[in-house]
Amino acid sequence: MFVNSFNVRTFAANLKEGILKPQRMTLSTLKRTVFTVLFLSVFSFGFAKDAKEGGDDEKFDAKSMIMHHVKDAYGMHIITLNEGKEDEKHITIPLPVILWTDNGLTTFMSSEFHHDYHGHEIVEKNGGKFVNVHEKIYQLNAGETAVKLDEEGHPTNAEMPLDFSITRNVFMMWISVAVLLLIFFTAARRYKKSSDNVPSGIASFVEPLVVFVRDEIAKPMIGEHKYKKYMPYLLTVFFFIWINNIFGLIPILNGANLSGNIAFTMVLAIFTFIITTFSGNKNYWKHIFWMPGVPVPMKIFLAPIEIIGIFTKPISLMIRLFANITAGHIIILALMSLIFIFKSVAVAPVSVAFSLFIGIIEIVVTAIQAYIFTVLSALYFGMATEEAHH
Amino acid sequence: MTITGIAAIGAGLAAIGAGVGIGKIGGSAMEAMARQPEMHGKIQSSALILAAFVEAVALFGVVAALIV
Amino acid sequence: MDLIKPGFGLVFWTIITFLILLFLLRKFAWKPILGAVSEREEGIKEALASAENARKEMENLQADNERILQEARAEREAMLKDAREIREQTIAKAETEAQEKASKIIEKAQAAIESEKKAAMAELKSHVAGLSLDIAEKVVRNELSNKDKQLKLVEDMLGEATLK
Repeated sequence: MFVNSFNVRTFAANLKEGILKPQRMTLSTLKRTVFTVLFLSVFSFGFAKDAKEGGDDEKFDAKSMIMHHVKDAYGMHIITLNEGKEDEKHITIPLPVILWTDNGLTTFMSSEFHHDYHGHEIVEKNGGKFVNVHEKIYQLNAGETAVKLDEEGHPTNAEMPLDFSITRNVFMMWISVAVLLLIFFTAARRYKKSSDNVPSGIASFVEPLVVFVRDEIAKPMIGEHKYKKYMPYLLTVFFFIWINNIFGLIPILNGANLSGNIAFTMVLAIFTFIITTFSGNKNYWKHIFWMPGVPVPMKIFLAPIEIIGIFTKPISLMIRLFANITAGHIIILALMSLIFIFKSVAVAPVSVAFSLFIGIIEIVVTAIQAYIFTVLSALYFGMATEEAHH
Repeated sequence: MTITGIAAIGAGLAAIGAGVGIGKIGGSAMEAMARQPEMHGKIQSSALILAAFVEAVALFGVVAALIV
Repeated sequence: MDLIKPGFGLVFWTIITFLILLFLLRKFAWKPILGAVSEREEGIKEALASAENARKEMENLQADNERILQEARAEREAMLKDAREIREQTIAKAETEAQEKASKIIEKAQAAIESEKKAAMAELKSHVAGLSLDIAEKVVRNELSNKDKQLKLVEDMLGEATLK
């Protein structure tokens, strides 16, 4: 719904400007560039070989498959060829593992684990033995030669070192940053080139979105006079979340679920929290600690609630984005898993149709969640900077 | 029944609550839009924000279920 | 449970990446884009305002023109009226003057006639007096011999010489 009106508005705006054609051209150019970059990045990295997983006959475990897709990983696994045969081949983009251990900085490529995430493959580096247990790197305690797992699958004889690895999500985040910079720098250059500030090319695609954030989010939520200060943050958050939501839906990227990762949403929510707290004026703090306009017992009763409210606001921001995006991924993957759970091709049309349907909804949700996060951040900034009016 | 099973039931109850809440918001928003089509944009954005607030409560439930 | 435990590495990289992204976009994208957009909006606002001003000026100008035209018309009318009045006055004046002159001439002529008449009368009188003296002399010479005749004669002559 939201996206529809959005596009119609953009479309109408473009039509009015009479620049539909050049815009379409730049869009396709952009698309081509993005895909070229992606394919180059896929093929320029090595074809990693081999890796034996346990028994191939084991039952398809939908839950662990989904969890591995949704969570972070140390390498970008693209596809497995000839699965279960002699010449099984994993095509993976290896990513650097960066650890801070007792012996200092330890780095190696994720390909050294040879696609093992059960803790069988032990990598010896810098005087430490490292294993990958369910995409978490553990350092074996001194003297141990193999990892021991408890019944829940957690290692008992290993410690987790401080982990700065460039994981799949970090890698995708940087790609998204590169795409964002490419889009907006190009757009900004368009304005510099034109003498009369008339948008052309990609700028005419970007401008309605920027104006949307300004006129529909910042202005009504924060107010005409103060919104300017928060515009860079709101715009950056909006586009950063949106593009990562979209990237999470591209299947070839293997569900890099950045915006569905609680670490990512936590950082953004903390930024919103910090900005809200530091831009809070006297009126805002008065409303929290000594609510005006209510009797004294009520004031005392309300203060703790309001103080808790300061923290639940960013926490709900964090959880909302994380849960929405992760839930979308889980649903699509679960629907696809149905084929393998029933081991029947007959289920395929149904599950494909359903996951296509959910996929389309998810495309809408990418925009809605970016919008919600931005609009609520703006709302909190607006509450923090509101002047007393009674 | 295991604790995870109970947690799952809790998450389901939270989802029901949120479903009812968001349904009410959506219904009222539709009604309002039909009554005042010129306020379409404003009603839509406030309905989305309200839905987000309701949803947050349900998501707290889901997260609580995940933690257990 | 694992799902909602934020990984340290990702938190670290997200903070750094986001701050860099915010800085870069703020400096090289949002500033020029928002600047251009607001500049253009200002430009449009200004253009609209100036168009409005121009329209108002045009209206003023038109009103001025109308006013000037009306004034000119009124002036013309006033001038025409003045001219008509002056003409009438002139005519009236000329008429009265002519009348006065004519009456003066007539008066003069009358006076002249009167005086001529008087002079003529005086001359006539003196002539008549002379004549009568002559006559009287002659008669006297003739008639003085006869006393009756003398009286009769005086009586006749007096009857005849009745002067008006």
